[in-house]
Formats: sequence, structure tokens, C-alpha cells
Amino acid sequence: MSDKSPSLSLSSAGLSVRGLRNAHAGPFTVDVPRGECLVVAGMSGAGKSVLLRMIADLDPHQGLVALDGVACADMPAHQWRRRVLYLPAEPGWWSDIVLDHVSDDTATRALLDRLGLRESVLRTPVHRLSTGERQRLALVRGLLRGPCVLLLDEPCSALDDATTRKVEALLRDLKAQGLALVLVSHDQAQADRMADRRRYMTSGRFTEDAA
Amino acid sequence: MTPILLTTSDLLLAGGLVGICALLSVVLSLDIHRTLVIAAVRMTAQLVLTGSVLLFVFGRSSVWLTLLVLAFMFAAASYEAGSRQQVRLAPSWHFGISGGATIFGTVIVVLIGLLTALQPHPWYQARVAIPMTGLLLGNVMNATSLSMNTLLSAIARERIAIEARIILGATRAEAMNSLIRQAIRTALIPTLNQMAAAGVITLPGIMTGQILAGMNPLEASKYQIVLMSLIVSGNMIGATLSAGLTAARLTDARGRLRLDRLRD
Repeated sequence: MSDKSPSLSLSSAGLSVRGLRNAHAGPFTVDVPRGECLVVAGMSGAGKSVLLRMIADLDPHQGLVALDGVACADMPAHQWRRRVLYLPAEPGWWSDIVLDHVSDDTATRALLDRLGLRESVLRTPVHRLSTGERQRLALVRGLLRGPCVLLLDEPCSALDDATTRKVEALLRDLKAQGLALVLVSHDQAQADRMADRRRYMTSGRFTEDAA
Repeated sequence: MTPILLTTSDLLLAGGLVGICALLSVVLSLDIHRTLVIAAVRMTAQLVLTGSVLLFVFGRSSVWLTLLVLAFMFAAASYEAGSRQQVRLAPSWHFGISGGATIFGTVIVVLIGLLTALQPHPWYQARVAIPMTGLLLGNVMNATSLSMNTLLSAIARERIAIEARIILGATRAEAMNSLIRQAIRTALIPTLNQMAAAGVITLPGIMTGQILAGMNPLEASKYQIVLMSLIVSGNMIGATLSAGLTAARLTDARGRLRLDRLRD
């Protein structure tokens, strides 16, 4: 359940989180303006993925999440999730045929190229792709939906350094185009390269603001 | 033609066949002789008891007594419909959905059958209403149970794939419809097989019973056609309702997948 609290002021452009919580984590309060990247770090099990899932409205929660001043609860859930897109660390696939997930068109091919994926992945069964290829393909699949906010849960965990830099370059371009990013990463160097704002989590709460 | 009445020696002969099967189980080390004998004794006791109760109820012609028998049958079917699923909801929801879908699907088609084709006087006459309800209830219960079991197992197995669709902006209907359709299809396969085989591979039970009871085979086939149509309709209603309600229970108004509502 999402509660709207009118007394809390919202950032007008970008993602606003106010008192977001459930039984496992929170409360969280943070703003991520469009064009910026919030990096969330913390030990495994600290509740980082729980935070991303609540922002994406995938789990019941209390508190307020808003995009450009419009509360999640005031928007049909499926529209919210298209705008505020969650990319889990292990993406799911409802079909083994890649073309059931993305179309074979110019936009797809351009993204594949930017992320260092061969066009032949479009005709390769999902189960034959490597973990890193699946991670990048999931990013392509999500970006084709045209989100305003990306919630990235360890998006480069299975990638080598060179490929990680390609993903980061694309994410920086998306920021420049006005997307807001929330990036969960254990990679300190990546956090240094990507972060405009930072939060550290312990036991389901933010513990410091290193922005 | 008058019905062929069976004697005690006929029953003993049939029981002897079960005994031979049990003996074969021992010889072949199948290890089902104990189960077989218990099942045979239980079946005999249940059917003799049922026959005696029906004899009593038919003799009274009481609507309340008929309703009492039907209520007992519905309660037993509600329990059975939900009792063998591997993945389960919390008990009240689990048995509520399986029982509700089974009863609704049965009552609709029984009423249609009683008020249109069969038209006994009065329409709730125990001699017609109880056997007809029993016949349909058993079939709808199977369909409901299969539908619910297929869907619950599929949702638990395909959790990540379902949520992948939801994450990308699918509504709960878009994320679940293919699984719901699969569950309904699976639930109807036994009935569709039965319909396809009727009269060609097997002589259906109702028709066989009517012929043995002395009815003209053509008239018996008409009974079979009507009742088979009622069975498939009731099964479709029960299977669809149980799949729809199960899917609704495992999602919420914000279209989230709620596997926390499965029983631990």
C-alpha cells in the first residue's frame, strides 16, 4: 500500500522518496533529480534490493514515492513501472527466444552495439547466452520501454572492465538526456565514476550521506 | 425390460476378483495389496451407506432432507477439491476458492439441467436432484482441483518470469493470462478425452447404467449427450473460476505478485 503524505514537500523534477518503508527496511528519504545518479552501497543483505523493489512498487510499502511530483499511488501501477524501471541483478525471461523480448529494429541494434553485444544474440536462445550477455540484454529490453528512472541492481556484476565501461558510458548519456538513476553497486571504483549522490545502507537503513 | 438385480453371490464374485488382484500383488511384489483391500472395503462401505441413505431420503420426499444431503456433498467436495495441491494458499483462501468454484460451477449446471431438460416434479425431487448433483459435483471438483493445482504450481515455478513482465509494465492480467489459460486447458483435457471417446472407444457410464436399467439405447444416448454437455459446462465454469480467483489472490490491486500469500 502506498500512502500519500501531503505535508511532505516533493522535488518537482525527478524521483522523490519520503519515509518509504516496509517490514524489512526503511524508512528511506532521498531525492534523485533527473540527470543525476544516486549510488547505494552496503553489505549483502542490507536491504538495497528491497529499497529498489519498493521504489518500483513491486512490494507492498508505506510512505511516498513520486516521479516529477506525481505520487506512485496516483498513477496506474503498470504505467509507474514503465517509467520507473527496475533491473534486477538476475533478470527474468518469460521465453527462451530473444525476439520475444525485444524487436529486431534499429533502436535495438543501436543499443546492442553500444553495449558490445553481437546482433546474433537476437537469434540465440536465452539459455545459451552468458550471464553478462543476459545482463546487458535485460538493460536493452528495459531501455526500449523508455523509462524516466532506472533502478539498477548490480548491472555490471558479471562484466569485464571494458564492457563495464561501455555500460557506464551509456548510463552517463542517459543521465545527460534527463534520466534519474539509482545504482546499487558493490564496486567502489564504479561508485566513484558514476555517483552524483551516495547513500550507504546497514540493516535496512541509510547510515551516512557521503554526497 | 426390467433392471437386472444383483445377488449377494454376484457381489462376492466381484469381491473375489479384487482378492485375486491382491494375491497377484503379493506374488509380483507390487506392494499394493494392502491399499487395494482397504480401498475395496472402504468403497463397499461407502456405497452401501450411500445407497441406504438415498433409499431413506427418496422415501421421505423432503426438500430440507434433500438440501441437507446436498450440503454434505458440497462440503466434502470443497475439502477434496483443495486437498491434494502441492503448492497451497492459506487454508481459508485455499478451500474457499476450490470449494466456491466447485459449488458455483455445479449449481449452475444442475439448475439448468433440472429446469430445462429433465424437469422432474417438483424440480428439486431428491431421486433426480441428488444423483445428478453427485455426478456433476465429482466432475467439476476434478476440473477445479486440476486447474488450481496447475496454476499454483506454474506460478511458483515461473515466479521470476511473471515478475519480469510486471517489472516491464505488464498488467497482472497480461502477466498471468497465459498461465491461467494453460491451467483451464489442462483441467478440461480429461473431459475432452471423455467426449472424444464417448461411444467409440468406451460406452459412457451414464449410458451404460441406463441401458442396464432397461432403457432404450437411443434414449440412453440422449441422456448421455445432455449430461456430458452439462459436465463440460460445469467443468469450464469451475476451472475458469478457480484459476481466476487463484490468480487474483496471488496478485494485488497494484498488480504485484504476492507469493507471500502462499502457505509456508
